[in-house]
Amino acid sequence: MPFIANTDEQRRQMLAAIGVADVEELFADIPPELRCGPLDVEPGLGEQEVRAKLAALAEHNATGLVGFLGGGFYDHFIPAALDAIVSRSEFYTAYTPYQPEISQGTLQAIYEYQSAICRLTDMEVANASLYDGGTAVYEAIMMALRITGRSKVVVDETVSPIYRKMVRSYTSNLGIALVETAPSNGLPDRSAIAEHVGDDTAAVIVQNPNFFGCIDDVTDLAELVHERGGLLIASCYPISLGLLKTPGRMGADIVVGEGQSLGMPLSFGGPYLGFMATRRKYVRKMPGRIAGRTVDSQGREGFVLTLQAREQHIRRAKATSNICTNQGLCALRALVYMSLLGKGGLVELARICAAKADYLQKRLLAVGGVTMRFPRRWYFNEFVVNLPITADKVIRGLFNRSLAAGFPLGRYFPEMGNCLLVAVTEKRTKEEMDFLAHTLEVIL
Amino acid sequence: MKLIFEKSVPGRRAVRNAGAGGEADANVPLPGSLLRSRPAELPELSELDVVRHFTALSRRNFGIDSGFYPLGSCTMKYNPKATEAVAACPGFADLHPLIPQLPGGEMMVQGALAVLKEMDRLLSEICGMAAFTMQPLAGAHGELTGAMIIAAYHERRGNEKTTILIPDSAHGTNPASAAIAGYDVKSVASDADGVMDLAALRAATDDGVAGMMLTCPNTLGLFNSRIRQIADLIHSVDGLMYYDGANLNPLLGRCRPGDMGFDIVHLNLHKTFATPHGGGGPGAGPVGVVERLVDFLPTSIVRERGDGSYYLDYDRPRSIGYVAPFYGNFAIVLRAYAYILMLGREGLLRVSDNAVLNANYVLAKLRGHYELPYDRICMHECVFSASRQAERSVRALNVAKALIDRGIHPMTVYFPLTVPEAMMIEPTETESMETLDAFIAAMIEIARQAREAPEEVTACPKTTPVAQLDETLAARKPDLASLAETEA
Amino acid sequence: MIPEDLRYTREHEWIRVEGGAGVVGITDHAQDALGDVTFVELPVEGAELTKGEEACAIESAKAAVSIYAPAGGKVVAANEALEDDPGLVNTSPFGEGWIYKLELADPSEIASLMDAAGYAAFLAAEEEQ
Repeated sequence: MPFIANTDEQRRQMLAAIGVADVEELFADIPPELRCGPLDVEPGLGEQEVRAKLAALAEHNATGLVGFLGGGFYDHFIPAALDAIVSRSEFYTAYTPYQPEISQGTLQAIYEYQSAICRLTDMEVANASLYDGGTAVYEAIMMALRITGRSKVVVDETVSPIYRKMVRSYTSNLGIALVETAPSNGLPDRSAIAEHVGDDTAAVIVQNPNFFGCIDDVTDLAELVHERGGLLIASCYPISLGLLKTPGRMGADIVVGEGQSLGMPLSFGGPYLGFMATRRKYVRKMPGRIAGRTVDSQGREGFVLTLQAREQHIRRAKATSNICTNQGLCALRALVYMSLLGKGGLVELARICAAKADYLQKRLLAVGGVTMRFPRRWYFNEFVVNLPITADKVIRGLFNRSLAAGFPLGRYFPEMGNCLLVAVTEKRTKEEMDFLAHTLEVIL
Repeated sequence: MKLIFEKSVPGRRAVRNAGAGGEADANVPLPGSLLRSRPAELPELSELDVVRHFTALSRRNFGIDSGFYPLGSCTMKYNPKATEAVAACPGFADLHPLIPQLPGGEMMVQGALAVLKEMDRLLSEICGMAAFTMQPLAGAHGELTGAMIIAAYHERRGNEKTTILIPDSAHGTNPASAAIAGYDVKSVASDADGVMDLAALRAATDDGVAGMMLTCPNTLGLFNSRIRQIADLIHSVDGLMYYDGANLNPLLGRCRPGDMGFDIVHLNLHKTFATPHGGGGPGAGPVGVVERLVDFLPTSIVRERGDGSYYLDYDRPRSIGYVAPFYGNFAIVLRAYAYILMLGREGLLRVSDNAVLNANYVLAKLRGHYELPYDRICMHECVFSASRQAERSVRALNVAKALIDRGIHPMTVYFPLTVPEAMMIEPTETESMETLDAFIAAMIEIARQAREAPEEVTACPKTTPVAQLDETLAARKPDLASLAETEA
Repeated sequence: MIPEDLRYTREHEWIRVEGGAGVVGITDHAQDALGDVTFVELPVEGAELTKGEEACAIESAKAAVSIYAPAGGKVVAANEALEDDPGLVNTSPFGEGWIYKLELADPSEIASLMDAAGYAAFLAAEEEQ
């Protein structure tokens, strides 16, 4: 019997110690009419068969597609040392560190992860993780509502449409006024935002680089919203922070984002990593677990979960969030990734991504009929091209050549049916990029 | 132990990026005003430095693979290594979630869609539900999703509902999730037998009740044999019954929430279905519903065509929307799928058998040594109280710390809130009799010391690198990050 | 310890009436049950409270409780010393650990609160349960 150690003889001894003749007697509290018959589930398979069955299913997925897909989730290289470290069973089979004396490994790692996120974003405190970048945006909104006591938020349409959809789903019953502002030529439209931000506004939410890949300096937006007593929430892409001006420096009050690019495989949707960082003065309003450094009874330095009075296991109905299990192992992966890349490595990686994206952009523009959708905007490793025909037609043709050329934006932005969102990471070789440009030329 | 930042040596680096020396030396094609003035102060270390640092950290930790972990309500069962191998398959691990949203893309991910569909079918069968969504990313997230479905149902029916009922023994995420979804929360008392008081429930059930969140067996490990009556009562005011699946382990293969009268179920894959806890996640909290609630499930849903191929259905006007960016924590769902395949029909029954047997064995052996608030057959977990020992100043917390010195992870303490000095013990089915005997012996020894030399117990733990950490200081003067010296 | 000159609520707040104003804190019993106080979320000056309304919150390492208004009125002062030293609530719950001061809207509301003997009896009864 898989994973059950006790033999029949041992079970007999245990039943005797309990004082019952049969295990069925232990289920006496379940009324007979509630017992279910045998389930319509196949008999158990051995490990060899299960692995073969799932390997066969994996074959039915597009392995070997050369991907230029982004949209917030990027195909970055994960060094072997990362998986080796994180698969130590003391990390991955451990529970939440509620007993600090035997969880110093997890707790110190959380503290170091929080510190690394702060250093990356130029913020002062961070939490131990949230589920993903989308729920992080939602939690940031709830946090801003708590801090300001107001009930309106302004979200720019250049924030990921997937995240905006999540936020709408979560907040529809809560009496919050959610205003979405249309962009101007790929960036948030300052006058549109100014029009909607008043003294009823808790926060403005922007993303940098935004969903179209365009880079912005949102210092002026921070000033605008601060003038009117609100907060700026900025969602960002960690690898881009190897190069780009940080949300902290731009005046953001709450920084969130998707940490998948920091060592999480794409894994068809998860698990990912929501990160959140903020200013010290807001720390008691921040959701999620937080590790803190302290001393023990003999003056030795150690780490504990702290500020737990905000959380569900104490505050219950008045908690800052209901989050319990978060993304602990993913946060560890991110910490290890940032340690392996290090200060210089992250800068170098960002430069490589930017340089490759620049190369691909030039090759694509050399293809007749292809233009940049936002020609006057700066981008990091992702940009939008305009095609002479609808993007959908192009995608199918490229699939046939094992290329996932990019994301057709018409799905989320109906007026952009000819647009393709193309992302480039360090994993894309010159040959792959040339092949994409060449194939596109042939199709068009 | 030093922080990783303190081990930094300027100029040291572990990883050499592909394209370094070529593209990386080209001028960055961006204006200086958009760039950061200084690189992020991340550590500068060699690969060996990094490996040693984290290896040392791991040795200050305790996992299921290290030793017994009897945390009540957490179901810390063994995490099978085969499931890790499966999740690492590049055919799953490298799959970009946007692929099926491209024209023709669905045919590129048929294997992944098959996993999602099969899990829908299997979990529905195990729980007696009509359909499952894999989107919720943790148990509490599943609870929130369930509360949102309850709200959508009542809105559709035109009902004015304001309140969700929970038992006084409920886990903190229950009221938190209900409150976040916009509901008031009312707590219903337990009776002398430790389960929900039917009279108290009748008094609390009025037309404003949107539903009830319940786990069965409850957090005391007790099954309420009047569960159908409870369900009927809530249904009589058009309320919905929500099942918190944290305690499903003892019912696998034997009894299904759907048959008990529940309308919505969430499961914790990182509990019942053996996916690793990871030091605090990632988990997964799939939610199942009965037929009349299927329309409200989050978008998208995997459907099967006549030719056996799978597709994602986004056309769902009554859906509560997106609770996750895509299809859920897929790699976690995949691990649970492999686990269920390995258990099979008969394996599921053996889980519940052995989980309940192990818990009752512990109960029988510790009876008399510790106060037992509800002296009756338990299910997968039993709750003792350290109240007798507390009279000698040895409290539940001290018992917990004394176990640490004996190489055993403490049980859950101070939960449920209804039992003073509570100690909640859930052995799970994957533990052997020898492990249980060692735990029982340790607990009996601690009880003896509490009688004869309580200061021996209150001095614990003595064998750990740190002991009695000052949590008050950590909350009064929070030190939450080591920031670079050059930063403010 | 239950000072004679104070009035008490069932939520373990005390109030010391000085003319038309009342100083509010939590009792020794309450601070003991909470454990080390780690943070006091002080009420906003100028806030208008009704009797029994939530005024502010106290956090300890293992709990978080709401503090209510023993009588209706306007908050005219909050004990800022608690920002740097929340432990004053533990060491001096009736003295330096006071939390806020209310300008009483209706001083007659005080009469229905327990006196020292009444609070002592209330605590004894709670203990029995």
